[in-house]
This record gives sequence, structure tokens and C-alpha cells, in this order.
Amino acid sequence: MNIIVCVKQVIDPEAPPSSFRIDPATNRAEMRGANPVIDPYGEYAVEAALRLKDAGGAKVTVISLGSNLLREVVKKPLAMGADELILLEDAAYDGGDSYSTALALAAAIKKIGQYDLILCGREASDTNAGQVGAGVAEILSLPCVTLAKRLEAGAGNLVVERVTSAGYDVVEVGLPAVITISNEIGEPRYPTVKGIMAAKKKEPLVWKPTDLGLDASRLGSAGRKVKLLRLYQPVYEGRCEFVEGQTPEEAGANLAIKLREAKVI
Amino acid sequence: MAENQGVLVYLEHREGKLLPIALEGLGAGRRLADTLGQRLSCVAIGSNIAQLASQAIAAGADRVYLMDSPELADYQPDIYLALMGQLVAEARPQVIIMGHTDTGREIAPRLAFRFGTVAVTDCVELNIDNTSGRLLATKPVYGGNALAVFSTDTDPQVVTVRTKAMAPAVPNASRQGEVITPAYKVEPSVVRARIVRRVLAESAGVKLEDAAVVVAGGRGIGGAEGFKQLEDLARLLKGAIGASRPPCDSGWISDTAQVGLTGKIIAPELYIAVAISGSSQHMSGCSGARTIVAINKDREANIFRHARFGVVGDWKKVLPAFTAKVKELLAS
Repeated sequence: MNIIVCVKQVIDPEAPPSSFRIDPATNRAEMRGANPVIDPYGEYAVEAALRLKDAGGAKVTVISLGSNLLREVVKKPLAMGADELILLEDAAYDGGDSYSTALALAAAIKKIGQYDLILCGREASDTNAGQVGAGVAEILSLPCVTLAKRLEAGAGNLVVERVTSAGYDVVEVGLPAVITISNEIGEPRYPTVKGIMAAKKKEPLVWKPTDLGLDASRLGSAGRKVKLLRLYQPVYEGRCEFVEGQTPEEAGANLAIKLREAKVI
Repeated sequence: MAENQGVLVYLEHREGKLLPIALEGLGAGRRLADTLGQRLSCVAIGSNIAQLASQAIAAGADRVYLMDSPELADYQPDIYLALMGQLVAEARPQVIIMGHTDTGREIAPRLAFRFGTVAVTDCVELNIDNTSGRLLATKPVYGGNALAVFSTDTDPQVVTVRTKAMAPAVPNASRQGEVITPAYKVEPSVVRARIVRRVLAESAGVKLEDAAVVVAGGRGIGGAEGFKQLEDLARLLKGAIGASRPPCDSGWISDTAQVGLTGKIIAPELYIAVAISGSSQHMSGCSGARTIVAINKDREANIFRHARFGVVGDWKKVLPAFTAKVKELLAS
């Protein structure tokens, strides 16, 4: 089975919210003092691919798109056990929306040619849009299942458990297909020392827009369908009333009294 | 080519009734349609759903499209998507509103791509730009650390709206509207991913989405055992149990208890957050609560920026005393 996983480099979503900052001049965000990471949702997708590889053998190819991709970051899926890494790395890919990003990824997947399964995270932790997987499926005319928490390969098909608000749906889908993976699939594995060493030696393929046969006007910010007009941080009042006590137990009891006085309980 | 006109709301329903998210969609849709001076339409897909039309008209719809057939009884995303595609091609709405729900999350992006554009998902605010007449769609990004306002020149302008973010329509039974049964074709061949079984997670007691009180635990709870203590408090307050993502990922509690951007978005009267640091992604799910109470050992934890009342301390010591006192006060 040939599996392609799309993973993004993002600012660290696990960094404390207090380190989050927006540069109003560029409408870009950063986490002060924290290095970029592989998107955690994409990491779940890598994990899903590796589990299928463990179960029945598979070649796992990872694609990342952007500019200034840090090799030590984007190579993490290789260290976890993926086989190949393709970078769509060029300034032209930068600043895209789900539309221009899906367009470039779909073109790269077509160029790879051999694929049974395309996995993406359920959404990226920066844009929180959840559309690239769906877009790739539509562009390539492939079936699509979103929010998977379990995958099991059958004969020419895949059985997917899709997370719902009430439980889950069992979905059968023919291959090739696009599946987006949700965090319910379980913790991604840590790279092994052996994996890290192997990843260090492996050089990613880098594909420019011309390699994909795409004009730069359709890519990145130039190819956007949706414009970002404003990016800002909501302000919270921070009016917490701290309830104290001589001991933690007393503080707990005082909290109950305080809530009663405030008619909260 | 005629220009796209009007606002179209996708109606979610269960057992012959519009769900709250449908009323929220209609509430937002009515407001946008009035600003644009255009018609508000809506669409319901299902079986035996004729009674939804009067509910939707009372809630502000000028026109209701009903796709009502026994073969549409069960939700199949590929079929529903194809039907939406047919309707949108025919009705050519300028704006399409779906809920950011199991259905909307799945269908809206694919629908948008079929019309050569993208959706703006999980919107918390919708407005019309005075000058351009285009939709301004505000949504949380960076896990809720920031808000972004998007606009597009391409029609249809597709959005999904967050549950409980839009003011619901107030029904008025005297309102008038038309009901249309559009021509449509259900082609079984479009189904390439088929739902073969729907599994409902067992949940004892009050449903998380409906609970007036929610007691939630975070990473600091440390294990399944700790959640038992939270359940005692939840039971006492006739509430439901919730969690941030780490306890769900670690299997300490069911995935369906997850509150946050990628879990449930809830708005209870009282949200008691125990050992939850309050990541933006978690706060996205509970910031609509009327009162947030936090117990956390770290005074700098983000949760205290959102909480109305808080105790800084080890929950293992604070919580039992708190629960005991609550019990005493409720009994008196």
C-alpha cells in the first residue's frame, strides 16, 4: 500500500497562550521563545499511516508545503518511521488559503502517481480550517472521510471509524481515498534514536511550482479565494476573584461558600 | 450569467424538529438577508420532514426547499453533498450557512470546492461589509489564540457557524413563506464512502451539551481514578462531566467528554475546571459558560484569565473539601 501524508510546519500550538503574538504589519503570528513544530494534527495522520505500515506493510511518503521549512522539524515524520519526504518549498507557496494549498498538494500527489491512501490531519492547528483534505479529495475526484479515529485495511477498501459528537460512525470506503485523522486515534509514537539517525541522512525531494506545472499566480497568497482582512487577539478581562484559606482544604470550603453567596450554586 | 442572490441555510433536524443549530443559522441568515435586502431560503433533507417547513418559516425563512424521501432517511454524506450541489447550482445563493457540526464540517468544505471556492469554517460572527456588500466572516484561528476576519469575492460564500455563537431566530407563527419541492436526483453511484453503522457512546446521566453545570478535568487529574471524584461533584450538582483533550487522549475518560475546539462547544451556566491549564483550544469549547470556576495549582495558568472565581492549590486537597461543603450547603 502506498500512503501519502500531508503535514504542515506550524508555530508551536502547545506553547503557553501568553507567548502568542501577532505582528500587525504582516498579519502573521508567532509564539515567542518557542520553535516551530510539525502540526500535531498532522502528526496523528503520520501515526495512522505508520500503524497501517506496521499492520500490513506500506510505503509512507510525507509532503510538507511552505517556505523556510526547518529540516529538523519537517524530518520528524521520517524519524517516526516514514519512508520519503517531499517538500513543496518556495516563496510562491507561501500565504495560501485552503484552496491554493489543496491545489498544490493535489498536483504533487498526481506527480507522485502511485497512491492508495492520502492522509491529512483533521485541521491545521494554526488555521483551524479543516478544508485541505476535503479540497484534495475534490480536486482529485477521490472519496473522502473526515475525522477518523481508527483505520483498518480490508480487501481493496478501508473501514474507518469517524468521530461524531454522539460516538462514531463506521464508514466503508473504496481506495484510493482521502482520510482526515482526528486526535482520538491516540498518541503519536516518539521517534527512535535509530529513526532520528536515519532521518538525518535522508535528503528530502524539493519540488518547485514548475515541477508541478503550476503557475505561481494560482499558488500561495496569489491563489487565495478567501482574503484575510484582519487578525487580532481577543481581550479577556481577567477579573478572577481568588478565594483563599489557611489550608487548601479551607480554600476549597470557602470556594463553596463564595459560590453560594454569589448564587452560582 | 445571473448574479448569485440570497442566503441559504442548511437545516439540521431530528425527529421532526429543527435542532438549535438550525435556529441559530436561520437567526444569522435572517439578519444577513435583511441587510442585503435579499431572500432567506433554507433546505432540509430527510424523510417525513414536511412539518419542518412551518417551523422554518416561523423562524424567518422566506422559502423552504424540502428534499423529502424515504431513501434520504439516513445521512449519507456523499448523497447529501450531491443534493446540496444540485440545489446550489439551481438556486444560486450568494451566502450558504451550515452549522459547524458533524454534518457541516464534512459537507461545507467539499461543497465550496465543487463551486471553485473555499468555506470559512467555525464562524463566531457574520456581518455584511457596508461598502462591498460582501460577507465578513470571523473565526477563531491559532487554536483560539486569535480571531481572523475573512472575505471573498467568489460566490457562493460558504460558512459554517459555531454552535451557540449566533443568536437563534425567535419563532413567529404569523410569518409567511413558500415551500418548494425542488427537482433532484439521488444517484446511488455517488456514494463512495458509505456509513454502514452508527455507534452511540453510552453516557450516564446528563448530556454534556445540555447540562447546566459541567465539572471538567484536565491533564493534572492524572488518571481515570481522579475523574471518579469529579463525577461525585457533577452528580451532586446534577451536572455532566467534561475534560480537556489530554485526559481523552490518555483514555482516562471517553472521547465524547472532550470540551474544546475539536471536541464539544458548550455554554453551561456553571463550568468548574479542575486541573485544567486553559489552553486556547480548550477555552474555545467552554468560554460561552456564564460562570467559570477554576481550581489549579499554577496561579499563572491561563484558565484564571477566564475564570470568575478560583482557588490556587492542589486539586486533590481542594476538591474533596469543596465537594463536602457544597453538599452541606445544598442540604441546608
